[in-house]
Amino acid sequence: MTSKLANGGKGEVLLEMRGLRIEGQADEIWHEIVCGIDLTLRRGEVLGLIGESGAGKSTIGIAAMGFTRPGCRISGGTITFDGIELTSAPEETKRRLRGSRIAYVAQSAAASFNPAHKLIQQFSEAPVQHGVLNSSQAAKDAIDIYHRLQMPEPDSIGFRYPHQVSGGQLQRAMVAMAMACKPDLIVFDEPTTALDVTTQIEVLAAIKDIVHQFNTAAIYISHDLAVVAQLADRIMVLRYGNLIEEGETRAMLDRPEETYTRQLLAVRSYRRDESPPTKEDPPLLEVRGISAGYGPHIKVLDDVSVKIGRKRTVAVVGESGSGKSTLARVVTGLLPPYQGEVFFKGQALPPSYKNRTQDQLRQVQMIYQMPDVALNPKQKVRDVIGRPLAFYLNMNEAARNRRVSDLLEMIELPADFADRLPGELSGGQKQRICIARALAAEPELIICDEVTSALDQLVAEEILKLLQRLQDDLEVSYLFITHDLATVRAISDEIVVMLQGRVVQQGGKTKVLTPPHHEYTELLLSSVPEMDPDWLDDLLEKRAS
Amino acid sequence: MKDFIKLMRSSPWSARFGMAVIVFYIAIAVFAPIVSSYGETEIVGSEFEPWGGAFLLGTDNLGRDMFTRMVFGARNTIGIAFVTTCLAFLIGGFFGLMAAALGGLVDQILSRLVYVLMALPPLIFALLLLTILGTSIPILIVVIAVLDSTRVYRLARAVAMNIAVMDFVEVARLRGEGLMWIIRREILPNSMPPLVAEFGLRFCFVFLFISALSFLGLGIQPPTADWGSMVRDNATLITYGDVTPLLPAGAIALLTVGVNFVVDWFLHKTAGLRDDQ
Amino acid sequence: MDKILKMVAQRLALGAVTLFVVSLIIFLAVQLLPGDLAEAILGQAATEETVAAFRRELHLDLPAHERYLNWLFGILQGDLGRSLANQRDISELIGKRLLNTLFLAALAASIAVPLAVTLGVLAALYRNSFYDRMVNMATLTTISFPEFFVAYILVLILAVNMGVFPSISNVSSDLGLWDRVYRSFLPALTLTLVVVAHMMRMTRAAIINLLASPYIEMANLKGIKRSRIITHHALPNALSPIINVIVINLAYLVVGVVIVEVVFVYPGLGQLMVDSVSKRDIPVVQACSLIFAATYVLLNLTADILSILSNPRLMHPR
Repeated sequence: MTSKLANGGKGEVLLEMRGLRIEGQADEIWHEIVCGIDLTLRRGEVLGLIGESGAGKSTIGIAAMGFTRPGCRISGGTITFDGIELTSAPEETKRRLRGSRIAYVAQSAAASFNPAHKLIQQFSEAPVQHGVLNSSQAAKDAIDIYHRLQMPEPDSIGFRYPHQVSGGQLQRAMVAMAMACKPDLIVFDEPTTALDVTTQIEVLAAIKDIVHQFNTAAIYISHDLAVVAQLADRIMVLRYGNLIEEGETRAMLDRPEETYTRQLLAVRSYRRDESPPTKEDPPLLEVRGISAGYGPHIKVLDDVSVKIGRKRTVAVVGESGSGKSTLARVVTGLLPPYQGEVFFKGQALPPSYKNRTQDQLRQVQMIYQMPDVALNPKQKVRDVIGRPLAFYLNMNEAARNRRVSDLLEMIELPADFADRLPGELSGGQKQRICIARALAAEPELIICDEVTSALDQLVAEEILKLLQRLQDDLEVSYLFITHDLATVRAISDEIVVMLQGRVVQQGGKTKVLTPPHHEYTELLLSSVPEMDPDWLDDLLEKRAS
Repeated sequence: MKDFIKLMRSSPWSARFGMAVIVFYIAIAVFAPIVSSYGETEIVGSEFEPWGGAFLLGTDNLGRDMFTRMVFGARNTIGIAFVTTCLAFLIGGFFGLMAAALGGLVDQILSRLVYVLMALPPLIFALLLLTILGTSIPILIVVIAVLDSTRVYRLARAVAMNIAVMDFVEVARLRGEGLMWIIRREILPNSMPPLVAEFGLRFCFVFLFISALSFLGLGIQPPTADWGSMVRDNATLITYGDVTPLLPAGAIALLTVGVNFVVDWFLHKTAGLRDDQ
Repeated sequence: MDKILKMVAQRLALGAVTLFVVSLIIFLAVQLLPGDLAEAILGQAATEETVAAFRRELHLDLPAHERYLNWLFGILQGDLGRSLANQRDISELIGKRLLNTLFLAALAASIAVPLAVTLGVLAALYRNSFYDRMVNMATLTTISFPEFFVAYILVLILAVNMGVFPSISNVSSDLGLWDRVYRSFLPALTLTLVVVAHMMRMTRAAIINLLASPYIEMANLKGIKRSRIITHHALPNALSPIINVIVINLAYLVVGVVIVEVVFVYPGLGQLMVDSVSKRDIPVVQACSLIFAATYVLLNLTADILSILSNPRLMHPR
């Protein structure tokens, strides 16, 4: 039904999967991770595969090359590429297709380039080995494609080693490498996920441009619907290895049919109004003139000042290297600053946590990015939440058990979770336990360091709503560290924008988010992909003018 | 208990063989006086009597019963190796965990010290120290334990370091927990699998090491029965094609093989902690 | 390039410091003696005059730091002192034996290194195959064997039962190369067997670790032939870990020689050391310890430096 829809001017069928099933091995038992997928891709068409973790999208992507990762196997169905049935084809046939007619772009360019060879050697390898070009033609070709991708110093960048090139450039070099044999199909496996938003734009633009120039068909895999919408003609929404919905991009964004798709579409629309500023003197937390860094030479924070009022959420936003997480480390006392002080309710806190009193430690709690490593895998939930109760509040066992049940209820988990180990919980549940552990100390300020970045979008949104509700009930303040502007929009009262260790703009949410912005804030804001297929084109046009 | 049976059922033949060997050796070591027919150092016949008859495995170079010496050798050799390994783990494990939990200067000083000690080949260093200090059993145990503790230190520190940087340890630090709580409740429970495997490997190493020293005549001293020195004492028989001296050597090899098989399975089970070494 | 030179210089300096500390430890270990060397050697029966005379002869009346410096400068000039047992010059005593030991180690290494690396790489490439499992069992068994067990089994089979090789390796400098190789064959084979198992396991682990890298998957997805993936993608990066494995095992080999020399009565440094230990000829033990330790330290240092030099990330800095 959908292939008719998508036939707008595109060519014959290039790739076809019928009832594809793939199994993965865990603990010596095979589980189905792709459960009967049908997929059709025509020449020159870009197909988006979207879903959360465990959707099987990446597995389907590389299956298009007749490849499965170690510990996986194709257990049923067919994959036909340009008339060749890949599941039964001999290894040599598949090898000849890979790199020459189907190419792959991985998520981490830094890990996927061989550290021992120059970029241009790695570019030339596939065309030379497949006998498409000789090495001097391939080198010329490489420089041509580097030009087209608007890489800096296109004539010489190929002669560098991978570790001598920045992340965004390396990702573009990998796109170039995929183009080396002018393949019919490229599989893009989350190529921009590891990048900052401002770098993501450059890579997205490069991909879109090159795919159109060569009329290459592509499978674009991402967890981010807004990113996929910029490139894909058609989108398949996947969940737990099953197809949820398939449709032409604009149609799907306008009229999603399934609830799950609607949820994914709505994921960035959660908003809360800024609560009116309270006049407080002194504020709950004040960071005054902090400069800090690692060792005597690497200065990461430069004269940073931030105030947080009671029952307020202050979001610190910036890209990697902006120093936002270092700020959290200074506040908690893990990193004593070179200069400046941290005041809590008007009182200066000792720079190192080692010199803070138990009560000072109790009042500021922290929630981390990775719930997996923030919970001791050998401690039961009861012990995890119970320890602060015993440590700070001297509760006896009966009182602790009662309180643990209360806290579990607060974070919307059943009381019998108290006897589980972290390994038995999902990512979102673990993060809830971390929240409960922070709450158990009855703090007045909670530092949230990228608490939603490691979670799937829908789970992340639930966590944000939970944090909001807890703030309303318990009047706790949040210092919210994040790189994600959608999160900032959703939850903050005030915003602090950081760039290379300095605060470039700060103020109430409405004020910071309404123009005129500071130049960098503008760049950040405009770089966040929107659920609009024309967003990227419009933005590039606007920036060019 | 149910889990244990399930675990045993899933084990490969090599691990089962290894466990059987270990259990057998422990039984022999514990019940040595019951199993054996003569006294440990009792001279019961003439030298180098052949197998069979009153002497199951013949007699040794002084006319002591070989079988009896083999049985008591199990007790002495394994016992001393076990005590030494435990001591090495106490020393190396304690300092390794401390270095990882404290970091900073303590870690640097300890690690430099261990680096230098590890630059010395253990066998040579042991020979030197034993020459000077003499070869009584307590000195043997302490010297080897100290030398071996450097290897334990290095592993314990590396494993604990990986855990000490995890967020849940930071949570405990920020809560204001003391050092002992952090080591005992946060770091140690998560370091157990590699340390347990290491214990097996270190035991093998120490066991072979002591046997080698005894073989050189510098380990466990006569008249205590010990496999390494039994090989040395009866080595001349080999040139007559008699396999008797291979028995104690084989006994050493068999136990080490058994332990290595079990450790190999355990390492495989706990998912590629260390593929080797 | 500067960074590389700096790192190499750093390692060399660290190596020099280590050697110095090692010499200090070897010297100071003797200070642990209850009483002093003279009393220890002459025993309690000796009169005070003889002890005093002996002390003077050994310069034990000088303060410890002076004795250490004398000892150290002596060594640097090739003077290792005199043996207590037979009053002979230690340098003379050691010279030929050191060469014998190095010959034995070199012979073993020349068989073991190519064999172990090839077999180890193969085991990694055919991971979890029948061959790999057999190799795993076999090497696990071999590393569990004490050296003297392997040695005596070889003696029993190859020397006593088959009579192909001599069970006692009395080599001397007047032998031709082939005679020497023939007589050293059994000890060399013993060392080879022991060290091959270790080296293979370590090589296998290093290669498997490497083959799991995303850039190897990328090469697969670029449709590169398996043989080329091995030679062009795995090998340049495997060099550093493999060199490390080889040198560590060479260091092990040089030290492991001690027991094998005793079994085969091979006239090497190890046997001299064991003899001197039982005679409590402390100056000789010290000299041997120093030579063994220095070889060990230098080999480990070489491993360090070679792995810096073969690391592409370090060779081409930003």
